[in-house]
Amino acid sequence: MLAIEIKGLSKEYAVGFWKQQRRPALKSLNLNVEAGETFGFLGPNGAGKTTTLKLLMGIIFPTSGSATILGQDFLDPEIKRRVGFLPEQPYFYDYLSAPELLDYYARLSGVPATVRKQRIGELLGQVGLSDVGNKQLRKFSKGMLQRVGIAQAIIHDPEVVFLDEPMSGLDPVGRHEVRELIQSLKDRGKTIFFSTHILSDAEALCDRVAVIHKGELRGVGVVNDFRSSVAEKTEVIWLGANALGVVNDLVADPHITSDTVRATAHSSDLDRVLEKLRQQHAQLISVTPIHRTLEDYFLDKTREEEKESVPS
Amino acid sequence: MTSRLSAITWNTFREAVRDRVLYNLVLFVLLLVASAPLFSQISIGLEKLMLVNVGLSSISLFGVIIAIFVGIGLVSKEIEKKTLYTILSRPVRRWEFIAGKYLGLLLTLVVNAALMTVGFYVALLIFIGGLKKTDAMLLAAIYFILLQFMIMVALTLLFSTFSTPIFSAIFAFALFVIGTFGEDLKNFAAMSHGATKWLATAAAYVMPNFASLNVIAQVAHEQSVSAHLIIFNTVYAVLYSIAVTTAAVLIFERRNLK
Repeated sequence: MLAIEIKGLSKEYAVGFWKQQRRPALKSLNLNVEAGETFGFLGPNGAGKTTTLKLLMGIIFPTSGSATILGQDFLDPEIKRRVGFLPEQPYFYDYLSAPELLDYYARLSGVPATVRKQRIGELLGQVGLSDVGNKQLRKFSKGMLQRVGIAQAIIHDPEVVFLDEPMSGLDPVGRHEVRELIQSLKDRGKTIFFSTHILSDAEALCDRVAVIHKGELRGVGVVNDFRSSVAEKTEVIWLGANALGVVNDLVADPHITSDTVRATAHSSDLDRVLEKLRQQHAQLISVTPIHRTLEDYFLDKTREEEKESVPS
Repeated sequence: MTSRLSAITWNTFREAVRDRVLYNLVLFVLLLVASAPLFSQISIGLEKLMLVNVGLSSISLFGVIIAIFVGIGLVSKEIEKKTLYTILSRPVRRWEFIAGKYLGLLLTLVVNAALMTVGFYVALLIFIGGLKKTDAMLLAAIYFILLQFMIMVALTLLFSTFSTPIFSAIFAFALFVIGTFGEDLKNFAAMSHGATKWLATAAAYVMPNFASLNVIAQVAHEQSVSAHLIIFNTVYAVLYSIAVTTAAVLIFERRNLK
């Protein structure tokens, strides 16, 4: 079942003094996310990630296109009962304490009064804030605020959670904590759609990723495919710089350090390279397949346009 | 819907209280106490006139100042600080947000005015030495002040949906001044001719009429306020506020929040 279905969603802003110029922020986005999936929405800063999330949350309105969340129109306010959202670098009412803020949001999300108090207590424990008491949010650190942010996004136990750059601006400890929180949501079967430009986070958490660049979707990929894919290239390290001359035509990027050579060979040439090295009595140190990483995929997708625009 | 509306209303009230908006009450009491030596130097009869004028004008002025300075940030601050993102991503309709904000600030002003009214009557007891039956008419003037607040909150909220706080404050204050001299605008229209007459008449009807909501001088002279005026002013303030708040909702419903 599809949790999110985006069909041709576009957003243009009118710019200039007379508002006559149109600046596209998102170009006809088509994207599907399955229920229970953790989906990473990747792109450099200004790619259109936040615009997409703001559109889906009804904060801004699309120029064209439509979307459904859990089968309902995304502009129907009632669907928000089943959806949670953490904005990028969120700011909350700093005159409230964490329990007061969560109570406010729980009321807005229609959580019944009978379960509110218990739910708030549980959730504060879950995000590691059970000892904050009635301290106002203005006295919270950035990491604590981010945890409050995640708590407010799931106070009403939503089925789909949208997170906009949930790790941005956090120190390594904060990032680790937020990553664990997302993992726990994933373990509970929630659909998670999160935008990030930190690829290691996406690689660790996501089932699938989409790459967006300059408002355009550049590709969608399964994260496991990157890990289990057959390596196209292999790194070979051997002792015996003299042997390089024999295999020079079959390897690329050779680096020589004293008598040690490191080079890459295409997988189809590997047997020939190894055989020639043996004939030369070179001592093999390692043969390591080079798998394609998410970073390679991301860079390929974001550089496609540059490659295309360079005349051959 | 009621739960969401009351949650937004209560949060707006709570924000104003925690931002120490009610501290103005201290100023109000200080003003009344500081005026005391003046009352004692004025002959009997006039001292009450002075106290009523100072007291009621202060209730009105303090309220209008709060309405402007809190009202101008009601929506724009939520947009600027992006707190609205976590509101609109819930099953909250945009009109509910506007209505909740309106009611929250109005509640703040009503509580503020109620506390000031208590202080004002205590001052009457202390300085004048007792209350008369006709002093109940002072409540009519305070009721009209609350009607003024209804309109002012709607206006500042309207400006807050599309303008920056500084411009909103300028617009709201300008309308308050124009509305206070609303009768003069009508008189000017009556004396004018041609296009000027039409324009002045239109302006007189579109601008809020705060003049007819100000009966402070009347009640200070112990003159009664007619039931007709009370009904007319109530209907006027309610309709005017609804119209302005509806305009605020219509603007906000279409607004892309950056």
